[in-house]
Amino acid sequence: MSTLTEVESVVVRFSGDSGDGMQLTGNQFSNTSAMMGNDIATFPDYPAEIRAPQGTIAGVSGFQIHFGSREIFTPGDATDMLVAFNPAALKVNLKDLKKGGTLLVNSDAFTDSKIAKAGFEVNPLESGELEGYQVIKVPMDSQTIEALKEIDLDTKSKKRCKNFYALGMTYFLYHRDMKTTLQWMEHKFSDHPQLLLANQSAMKAGAHFAETLEEVVSTYKVSSAKIDPGTYRQINGNTSTAWGFIRAAQAAKLPLFLGSYPITPASDILHELSKYKEFDVKTFQAEDEIAGICAAMGAGLAGSLAITTSSGPGIGLKGEAIGLAISYEMPLVIVNVQRGGPSTGLPTKTEQSDLFQAFYGRNGDAPLVIVAASRPNDCFHMAYEASRLALEHMTPVIMLTDGYIANGTEPWKIPDVDAHYADIKHKMLDPTTVDTENWSWISRDPKTHVRDWAIPGMPGLEHRIGGLEKDFTTGNVSYDPANHQKMSNIRQAKIEAVSENIPLQELEGESSGDLLIISWGGTYGAVEMAMRALQKEGKKVSLIHLRYINPMPKNVGEVIKNFKKVIVPELNMGQMVHLINAKFGCNAIGFNKVEGLPFKIAELHAAFTQALNEV
Amino acid sequence: MSKNTELTYTKKDFSSDQEVKWCPGCGDYAILSAIQTALTQIGRKREEIVFVSGIGCSSRFPYYMNTYGYHTIHGRAPAVASGLKTANPSLSVWVITGDGDSLSIGGNHLIHAIRRNIDMNIVLFNNEIYGLTKGQYSPTTQQGQITKSTPYGSLDRPFSPAKLAFGASATFIARTLDTDSKHMQEVMLEAESHRGTSFIEIYQNCVIFNDGCHSSYVDKQSREDHSIVLTHGKPMIFGSEIKKGIILDHLTPKVVELGETYTEGDCLIHDKTNEMLASLLVAMDANKAMPKLYGVLYAVNDVIYNEQVAAQVAEVKAKKGPADFHKLLNSGDTWHIE
Ligand SMILES: Cc1ncc(C[n+]2csc(CCOP(=O)(O)OP(=O)(O)O)c2C)c(N)n1
Ligand code: SF4
Ligand SMILES: [Mg+2]
Repeated sequence: MSTLTEVESVVVRFSGDSGDGMQLTGNQFSNTSAMMGNDIATFPDYPAEIRAPQGTIAGVSGFQIHFGSREIFTPGDATDMLVAFNPAALKVNLKDLKKGGTLLVNSDAFTDSKIAKAGFEVNPLESGELEGYQVIKVPMDSQTIEALKEIDLDTKSKKRCKNFYALGMTYFLYHRDMKTTLQWMEHKFSDHPQLLLANQSAMKAGAHFAETLEEVVSTYKVSSAKIDPGTYRQINGNTSTAWGFIRAAQAAKLPLFLGSYPITPASDILHELSKYKEFDVKTFQAEDEIAGICAAMGAGLAGSLAITTSSGPGIGLKGEAIGLAISYEMPLVIVNVQRGGPSTGLPTKTEQSDLFQAFYGRNGDAPLVIVAASRPNDCFHMAYEASRLALEHMTPVIMLTDGYIANGTEPWKIPDVDAHYADIKHKMLDPTTVDTENWSWISRDPKTHVRDWAIPGMPGLEHRIGGLEKDFTTGNVSYDPANHQKMSNIRQAKIEAVSENIPLQELEGESSGDLLIISWGGTYGAVEMAMRALQKEGKKVSLIHLRYINPMPKNVGEVIKNFKKVIVPELNMGQMVHLINAKFGCNAIGFNKVEGLPFKIAELHAAFTQALNEV
Repeated sequence: MSKNTELTYTKKDFSSDQEVKWCPGCGDYAILSAIQTALTQIGRKREEIVFVSGIGCSSRFPYYMNTYGYHTIHGRAPAVASGLKTANPSLSVWVITGDGDSLSIGGNHLIHAIRRNIDMNIVLFNNEIYGLTKGQYSPTTQQGQITKSTPYGSLDRPFSPAKLAFGASATFIARTLDTDSKHMQEVMLEAESHRGTSFIEIYQNCVIFNDGCHSSYVDKQSREDHSIVLTHGKPMIFGSEIKKGIILDHLTPKVVELGETYTEGDCLIHDKTNEMLASLLVAMDANKAMPKLYGVLYAVNDVIYNEQVAAQVAEVKAKKGPADFHKLLNSGDTWHIE
């Protein structure tokens, strides 16, 4: 019997060897779904080693897509369908497949040696352990080769088309239109007519083959979602971050300078920015992270929008220079794409455990501005905001993202940048308007405490700045005790004054109730979904998701007062919860996880429910 | 940048209003004075000159200069200066550093700045000691020397700064001494006119923690017998009463007395553009039997990082046309929701 079921949303995961083209396959599926009007979220999951041995657990590469006819916030907890190209992929991913879910396997890959390599004692396709799933066993290698027998290509190349054979099958099962992918192939293989023909034929053959199965398997339909009108594109967090900086530099009418040293998962920002020299972007791959930030600071002193990008271990190295930038009171944006720590930790896995590092990872009382992006497409906005605050307040700003949102992709409604991202008022002086006799580089705005920005090349404004304490009035070196107290107060007050230049905190849900969730950074999607589910159940739960971390919006304390209980879910051992309690004394409880993985909606739902039960 | 010949600065124009706080008798005073004087002749406007330093006694230098100045953090001045010059290539950029600052904590930045051949001057004040932290041994301290942290004598093998710079592919290597103001000025002028990284080592005396460490080859009475002032195209001869010269014995430079057996004509002729000769000259530093070499040891032209960056930006602009952010936003696959 065949059935066609209409569903609200579906999670599909493609998984295979890192050489099997999983990222490509997954991307095609998600692009097509987006073009068909679904809302989507995706998550790629690469192995840490570049060429892990074939067929091993370590070499498994995956790509997950969540698409739906409603708003989609996360790539999904559990999968409705798993496409496993080999036993190792099955081994790694089976635990996430929903009971009754669809499992498409390449049975050609289930040879004795590969089964053993994946750590199965017996062939799982025969052992009965897949009972309870809708299993579709397809000898993909041989069927692809057979389908391409007329084409003049070697067998190995034909075999490599099996990912499109499988994609063709999934397109049929989920009623996806093949047009977008077939067109994309024309572009991709424009120099290789044989490969173009082979891949297109493999995809069509896969779809036809799936049709013959229609008698026995179910197919699913996901209607298009109600989405804000506009033009959309897909974007991942790192690209979105890079573009935010390019736009900020344009809005400030300054050149952009990135000083950086490669590190996972931040390198893609360097790769992306290095492409756009026409936007007056200079990228400098330094000899280490210290040189990365120092070169950026040099460029900042010379009048560029200065950026440095890294992940936790590299931010550790930058600590002393960040202190110098605070002491200089100069604009600088430091991006930390967080990964699992401590030390080298889990380079390809996600975590939020560098929050304390952002606050406290320097010697001395060294306050700065901290912002955090909430989802892949929010990185654009927060990179722009980080730049705006750095330039308008003459301060270093740390922008926190994480491996999950950096690599995760979602649709993005292309913003009206001329209306919303066009005006950054930096503090650079026009030397012709300055009374040079009475000017000191440290003269500051009495309200915001922000100093002027004079750069080499400006006549009459020559000055010396260092990391030694400076006299409040002259800017010269000062060891005076009272002056140090005053300067420390000023540095603190200057950061606090930034709260006048950021939006008030938005509250999702009722303004009073039983439980207030306070989350921050890349956990937004999962927290939002869990909260909505609870609200549907009638629970009195609301959410504030922080993007401005230091200073916080002025109304956070007020919001907290109206709830009986506060819970702070975080991917660390309890950092934000500590800060919230220290600041607001509200006895917030934490919900913490450090498995290198994002939160699942279900585990948040359970944690929030338990907290509500204890109110 | 072209020289502006209409500028008429005096040395005082380059002095800031800050009281100079080095120990009385410190060699840094003479270096400050020589650089301030040299700057009156480089033909650059004061506001276009930037001094960047690390941490150390020597690194206090920028505070005393009436130019733009950045006292940064220990060892990192070459990195800050690299960004500064790359962002604004029209500036005259000077790095001031000590032997600890540039060769210990900042060794990595020093070699990479030199390797990139960024157009700036790196001036290393070599007093063979950590002055500011009160007298520990540095990467240039001689083996066996007693210092605060080596009460039984230093065990470390010292670096030769010039040899290190040469190994890092320097295009300009010079050496001068704090007791010869005129020579310092000449070297500074030549360094400033060199395109690419100019690496200048100055023998500097720390009267407090390493007094006299360079005395035999810098003191007026003895230096003629222990050093050679190199001049491009001239033979390498030295000595006050007894004239000596340097000849090449197979591949080894050797000191010989000039007279019957050897004459000036047998001596090595200095050629600052010869890489092989430079490799011999920088290696001589470690040989105590050889005289110290002053002047420009090596000067060649090569590609300059900051110029290449600017050229690449221009090239991409020419190829891609004017930057259009809307085009970027709409690049690749987009779709429209009504
Ligand atoms: C990160 C860091 N480590 C250590 C120090 C302490 N320190 C300051 S100057 C210095 C050595 C300076 O020696 P050198 O560069 O030779 O300069 P000099 O004082 O001799 O001119 C040291 C170790 C510091 N300021 N910062
Ligand atoms: S300690 Fe030495 S190097 Fe430092 S100022 Fe005194 S004499 Fe000069
Ligand atoms: Mg020293």
